[in-house]
Amino acid sequence: MFLYTEGGHSIPVVDPVSAADAGGVFPLLWLVIALPLLGATILLLGGRRTDAWGHLLGTATAVGSFVLSTLLLIAMMGREEGDRSVTQHLWDWVSVGGYEIGMDLLVDPLSILFLMLITGVGSLIHVYSIGYMEHDPRRRRFFAYLNLFVAAMLMLVLAENYLGVFLGWEGVGLASYLLIGFWQHKPSAAAAAKKAFVINRVGDIGMSLAIAMFFVTFGSASFTVISANASGAGEGTMTAIGFLLLLGAAGKSAQVPLQAWLLDAMEGPTPVSALIHAATMVTAGVYLVVRSNFVFEAAPAAQTAVVVVATVTLLWGAVIGCAKDDIKKALAGSTMSQIGYMMLAAGLGVYGYAYAIFHLITHGFFKANMFLGAGSVMHGMNDDVDMRHYGALRKLMPVTFLTFAMGYLAIIGFPLFSGFWSKDKIIETALVESPVFGICALIGAGVTGFYMTRVMLMTFFGEKRWQDGVHPHESPSVMTFPLIVLAALSVLGGVLYLGGWIKDWLVPVVGKAPEHELPFPAIVFSLITVAVVAVGVAVAWLTVGKRPIPSTAPTDVSFVTRAARNDLYGDAINDTLVVEPGKALTRGLVSADRSLVDGLFTGGASLVQGLGQGLRRAQNGFVRSYALSILAGVVIVLAALLVVNL
Amino acid sequence: MEFTEPALEYAEIWPLIVVFGVACLGILAEAFLPRGRRHVVQVALAAVGLLVALVGTVLVGTNLDEVADGEARGLIGGAGSVVVDGPTVFIWALVLVASLMGVALFAERRLEAGVSAFSGQAAALPGSDAERKAQGLDHTEVYPLLMFAVGGMLLFPASGDLLTMFVALEVLSLPLYLLTGLARRRRLLSQEAALKYFLLGAFSSGFFLYGMALVYGYAGSMDLGAIDAAVRNDAANSVMLQIGLGLLLVGLLFKVGAVPFQAWTPDVYQGAPTAVTAFMSAGTKIAAFGALLRLLYVGFGADRWTWQPVMWVVAILTMLVGVVLAVVQTDVKRMLAYSAVAHTGFLLTGVLGVQASGELAEGQVTSLQAVMFYLATYSFATIGAFAIVSLVRDSSGEATAFDRWAGLGKRSPLVAAAFAFFLLSMAGIPLTAGFVGKWAVFTVAMSAGAWPVVVVAIASSIFAVYFYVRHIRLMFFDVPEADAEVASVTAPSLLTSGTIAVGVLGTLVLGLVPGPLLQLAADAGQFIR
Repeated sequence: MFLYTEGGHSIPVVDPVSAADAGGVFPLLWLVIALPLLGATILLLGGRRTDAWGHLLGTATAVGSFVLSTLLLIAMMGREEGDRSVTQHLWDWVSVGGYEIGMDLLVDPLSILFLMLITGVGSLIHVYSIGYMEHDPRRRRFFAYLNLFVAAMLMLVLAENYLGVFLGWEGVGLASYLLIGFWQHKPSAAAAAKKAFVINRVGDIGMSLAIAMFFVTFGSASFTVISANASGAGEGTMTAIGFLLLLGAAGKSAQVPLQAWLLDAMEGPTPVSALIHAATMVTAGVYLVVRSNFVFEAAPAAQTAVVVVATVTLLWGAVIGCAKDDIKKALAGSTMSQIGYMMLAAGLGVYGYAYAIFHLITHGFFKANMFLGAGSVMHGMNDDVDMRHYGALRKLMPVTFLTFAMGYLAIIGFPLFSGFWSKDKIIETALVESPVFGICALIGAGVTGFYMTRVMLMTFFGEKRWQDGVHPHESPSVMTFPLIVLAALSVLGGVLYLGGWIKDWLVPVVGKAPEHELPFPAIVFSLITVAVVAVGVAVAWLTVGKRPIPSTAPTDVSFVTRAARNDLYGDAINDTLVVEPGKALTRGLVSADRSLVDGLFTGGASLVQGLGQGLRRAQNGFVRSYALSILAGVVIVLAALLVVNL
Repeated sequence: MEFTEPALEYAEIWPLIVVFGVACLGILAEAFLPRGRRHVVQVALAAVGLLVALVGTVLVGTNLDEVADGEARGLIGGAGSVVVDGPTVFIWALVLVASLMGVALFAERRLEAGVSAFSGQAAALPGSDAERKAQGLDHTEVYPLLMFAVGGMLLFPASGDLLTMFVALEVLSLPLYLLTGLARRRRLLSQEAALKYFLLGAFSSGFFLYGMALVYGYAGSMDLGAIDAAVRNDAANSVMLQIGLGLLLVGLLFKVGAVPFQAWTPDVYQGAPTAVTAFMSAGTKIAAFGALLRLLYVGFGADRWTWQPVMWVVAILTMLVGVVLAVVQTDVKRMLAYSAVAHTGFLLTGVLGVQASGELAEGQVTSLQAVMFYLATYSFATIGAFAIVSLVRDSSGEATAFDRWAGLGKRSPLVAAAFAFFLLSMAGIPLTAGFVGKWAVFTVAMSAGAWPVVVVAIASSIFAVYFYVRHIRLMFFDVPEADAEVASVTAPSLLTSGTIAVGVLGTLVLGLVPGPLLQLAADAGQFIR
């Protein structure tokens, strides 16, 4: 059902049928979440008893969810286009008078794609982790957290109302916190976990306020209710909600200005970086924007803000990716930049939603592939992450090299690889809709070509620059198997766009855009993009591939390189603008508290000499200052009452 | 002048009478029973008395007559001094449940190897010969004291006039001052806290009393209904009324621990025996918020634009100060105390919500219902949390310093998990009771247009997550330093473990299916004017 049209395109209303009516496999929808949740519960409560088989159980629940999701996808394809949204009511969460918030699930063409991505890539990464974490004494706990993450992420994309989304939102945040800090004996890991946690809180403020505004405006948080009544709310309200949702999305998806945590999050084990900080969780912000299309379509100003944030981030991340020597951080900068592309597409509204999701999925494939590849390299290099210590690994790690190369070709947008299709469509749409942002996206593609080629050359080509005692070797087959599958998906991901399939598939959720008129044939856009990427690759070949690479980073570099190595001073900006004033405020309050409350007690030297005498004296001062603060309070309250009412 | 005998509505107020009666019986038992038997008798008396009162409350609640076109149920009894209506009954039930949990914690003796947490003789040091001789010199007076405090807590939110409210305030406060000073260990801290609490309490009572006098001067009556009528009929805003109202507010805000009257909270929470802290952190808050709501909604409901701006500021300050100072604490009890201050702020946010059901869409929760629900969720979490604090011990008794708690999750996973659960509920994480409570008070405040308060409330509840989660991390992920002394969990008797179990269960059930209790709060209806 399409409720209203605006400017020639339609905005669909969420109008699902119930799972019981839909029949078939749909009544089992809840199991998709319940399986990994059960896995996490058993592994966490079972303790050491489950050490022996914990990783197998964790993998089995993820695979179980994947099988179920596949069945759901097949069942959904068999249904009429208008009937593909199915909801399942589990129980009344909050039900009093006018407020009815159910624990409701919604599976529709949008969430089923996420289901496939999360459970599919998730299962592969579970398999990979069996090998990667083999020698870790806490492997069982790792799998418990991974299962917890999968369950929370599924909750996020399956919820039928924003409160349920928020539950999943907090759940993935918790799992991410636990997994970034998994190697808690490393102070850097603990600090990174804390940083991610704190920055995400800022985003959560936006999310919670948006939910509060939904309740106030619509009396509900359900997609069904809000999308049906969206036209009734004023543009001002919708713009405010849109900005708040964007703040939430920016926190979760590491968009400027809340980007600083993602690079540090690489302290987590590599499978975590692949699953959470590349393929799934960090894309939750994109999901939120696409899912809230009924909000953003009614709030053009918020849409523009999305586009601006996205464009800044895609360049920001790309520049950082150019200067990092740590292979995982280079990939993290790249992730930030690619999510910028998705956000850009999502901000372009109904023209871009489908491409945002398309790029999200192909990125899930090739970035997970490359992260796992990086993990495989690290596995062979004694966990060294510095690319300056790599080089010439293609002979010794043939499988890792070939699979990584597939991911590389996909991300730079080599013709016919998956990234070519998805990124190309985003750049094309952006160029047509708003040329300024389109050109920025085009430049970003060139920079992507540069930094990915640099990673490729420094890792697999050139001279050996290995540290002493390192004997690189190929990883075991339990790790290479997921790599091969993901490499295949990175190559073939483009089939989703065969005949415009993904665009048509998402029409019931995001609406149908009128065909925009291209000033040139589409092939011209593709050629321009490929040419720009080729320039980036060539520059990398000339500056990195042709010259010897010093095994320690040179210090006599330009200002731009220095800035990029320092994450473009993102931390410094946060420190000056937020952390230091916050600390000063806390210090001020603490010292006020100390001097008023604890001062005489802790500071009194007389206390040490004679407890009785000292305590009496301290006590007097104590209560007097309390009483004084009460008296001051009385005066303030009375003065305020009188001033306000005069 | 002819004297008319006041008719008491025994059928409605008998739960109150039971509690006071049992308290008096407890005094008699203390006077006449041999020392050895007192403990058992006193515990039984208190528990049975509270149970009977609770059953009575439920019975009374189901039999209240509808008044005011079904908006409210109940009656004004005791010649205008006691109001038994839906909200009263709801709050009575909350207080009685909290008190039952409190009695169970008071009666716990296994933690201190056979003696209670209360000092037998103020002069005898714990563990010394003198004290061993005085074994059995248990202060069993704590049970009658508790019952008197409970009686005051029941009367406080039910008072129909300011005089009754003041008497109830004193009846509930005086026993608490005494109980605070009776800790067996860390006596100086405890006695100091008691004295401070008493002095400052007396100070704030003075303000309350003066406020009463001024309001009487304005309205010509102590009766809340008469004050309401005077406020409604008088368009001119009298300065006398405003100052009177302000002073009354000071007395009540002191009791709930709102900024700038919160200074006593951390010291008293820390110094009092933990069982007492658990009992009063829940009981006092429930009762005082009941009284605050009645005073503001019934007595000054027509004048809400006078008090609302001030209460906005107080709510905002209370949340901010509570959260910021909780972050820098290094002692569990002090952290929970500042967290209690922050929760007072969240409750005040609810008080600012829409109060008249006429202004709301059909079936929306009113602020009265939201606050009562929040009180229920908070009580389960806070009693449970303090009960666990009483279990975590090292060689010198309860270990409340943070570093002693490091790695507790490894040593006692179950207890640490329960504590973590309470903290998560206080933090308002979804699927716990605290989340639904916060959601309820924030929505009512939002509907009343108090969005600046709600913005601060959401921001501070999110930053509060930081110190709650930090403590969870301390328990589960931090490894204590090699030579540091750490606390371990002493196995309690069924009394404490049962209390904790009830707390966990309440927090869990109210988080998963809050509907029935919210419905019950909705059915309680409005205050009778």
